[in-house]
Amino acid sequence: MTINIILGVLLVLAAVWTVMTARVLRSVIGLAVTSVILTIIMFKLNSPLAAVFELSVCAGLISAIFISCISLTQRMTEEQAATRLKERFSMFWLLPVILVLAGVALYQLHLTPDLSLQQAAPTETDVRNILWNLRHLDILGQIIILIAGAFGVVALFKD
Amino acid sequence: MLSGLLLLPLLAIFILNLPFRGLMQKLSLVFGLFLSVWQITFVILLWMGRGGVDYWSKHFTLSLTCDSLTLVLLLSIGIVVLTTLLVSLQTFSSEKQRFGFVNLVLVAMMGMNGTVMLTDLFSLYVFIEITAVSSFILIAFQRDTNALEGALKYIILSASATIMMLLSISIMLLVVGDTSFAAAGKAINQSAGNPLVMPAIGLFVCGLLIKGGVVPFHGWLPAAYSAAPAAASVLLAGIATKTSGIYAIIRLATSVFANNESLNHILLIAGIISILVGAFAAMGQNDFKRMLAYSSISQVGYIVLALGCGTNLAIIGAVFHLFNHSIFKSLLFVNSAAVESQSGTTDMSKLGGLGAKMPVTNATSLIAFLSTAGVPPLAGFWSKLIIIIALWQNGLHTYAVIAIVASVLTLAYLLIMQRRVFFGIPNEEGQSVREAGFGIVLTESILALITIGVGVLFPWIFNSVVMPISSFLK
Repeated sequence: MTINIILGVLLVLAAVWTVMTARVLRSVIGLAVTSVILTIIMFKLNSPLAAVFELSVCAGLISAIFISCISLTQRMTEEQAATRLKERFSMFWLLPVILVLAGVALYQLHLTPDLSLQQAAPTETDVRNILWNLRHLDILGQIIILIAGAFGVVALFKD
Repeated sequence: MLSGLLLLPLLAIFILNLPFRGLMQKLSLVFGLFLSVWQITFVILLWMGRGGVDYWSKHFTLSLTCDSLTLVLLLSIGIVVLTTLLVSLQTFSSEKQRFGFVNLVLVAMMGMNGTVMLTDLFSLYVFIEITAVSSFILIAFQRDTNALEGALKYIILSASATIMMLLSISIMLLVVGDTSFAAAGKAINQSAGNPLVMPAIGLFVCGLLIKGGVVPFHGWLPAAYSAAPAAASVLLAGIATKTSGIYAIIRLATSVFANNESLNHILLIAGIISILVGAFAAMGQNDFKRMLAYSSISQVGYIVLALGCGTNLAIIGAVFHLFNHSIFKSLLFVNSAAVESQSGTTDMSKLGGLGAKMPVTNATSLIAFLSTAGVPPLAGFWSKLIIIIALWQNGLHTYAVIAIVASVLTLAYLLIMQRRVFFGIPNEEGQSVREAGFGIVLTESILALITIGVGVLFPWIFNSVVMPISSFLK
């Protein structure tokens, strides 16, 4: 239980940092960290397939495309970053409070609706097997999206 | 061998991006043309039962499938990619720009090929996204205000579609524990009373309707088609939107959400509204490409309407119309590319009398618009006829009548276009216009010949090609 609470808190902190930080690169890293924590939670919830999707798409693929795009932008000055941070706080100061309150409410209310799910037990838990044998087409697809992202960066942002 | 349709373009991209950039820039178009011609030949051989499978299937065992629907789409993809590359030969003056364009077209080709050969919801989403990512880069390729606006509209709506599809896949995982078509279809049949299943189906279909540009989710389509470079418009209107939106709806409606009455009702209504809104909006357009974009919305409506009808004959009609539409709409966009490259504008108020100056473009445009309007004996007539017969047989008389009336509207707006662009006496700017270059004229002729050929030979191909399409409906 303790580890679950720690993971939950870390997830909220990483998500809030992603939104609040003034620098886009830090924001992307925050998003990747959020995805990694979410992946761990999914593994702990015995959903390796969903965890692999989350890890490969959100933490890996999306971050790589964001970072390649950001590499072509100019870095903000310290002054600009400070102003941006102030603007963020004035816009989103309530966000962490809402997230924490929502988490506490969900935990206290024990919201577990009976949806009569015919949930199938996961048959495969080895990540290597999931990635290379069961989901190899997704991996190929993600490689192709990375290539598309790279061409996009070259075609639209170079020069 | 099916894996070659994904791996060969990937290999081509790697080779093209090796050092010796100057040589590779010259070879890029040759690579693209070779791959598209190879795909067309491969599909035709496979249809005739002569496709080779051995070597590739031994070494690259990707989980791909190939049935009659897949073959029709692969053939359309091959033809439209070939068309796009031939048009790019004429419309990109810089070799460097064309090189970037060919790379992106190959990526889009892989995305579309993958989309039509997959049997898993999540993989389908991944490959639809490949097509989407390459599409919005292609739309923004010229980097002017219109291009960026069109791309931005597409990104925003496409992202909404992505969220819907991912949410739906998450629910499917929750309910089924698997994302393969077979498992999802079986579980949906067994979980008729589950309150999560219908929202999941609804979300996925809404996502695909956005990707397909069906009314009321069509906001991005006219801006994207008209802002994209001429060659990219051919790819987007000819096949990209159809593969990522309409094909996926056909596949899921028949294999996963089979015989779902609520879904059929939604598709019927979305289809008929698309037909009418697209046709009326096309009438009021002043820009050649924008008018064609609205015409696409209207024609895609026929495919969605047939899917909503749900009978085997209607679905055959939908797939046949999808193929025909990819050919004649590509042809119309190639015509617009020819006009744009020669006159420098697609504003119909500034055009006129180009028929005498551009005889091949004029004649092929006439063939394409008559086929779009469903005039016999061209290809579009037969596919529309099948759809209308299927609607009538299924008791959907009102829908059938509206579909017929909308065909008259199609004839009207395309006739207006033909008159404003090609008929009459050329204005001052039009005096110096000449016929488009060899690449475009060749493409126009090939597509026009396919449109005439499929129409005239229909009595012969009906039993040998069209009816066997239903073999994917099990």
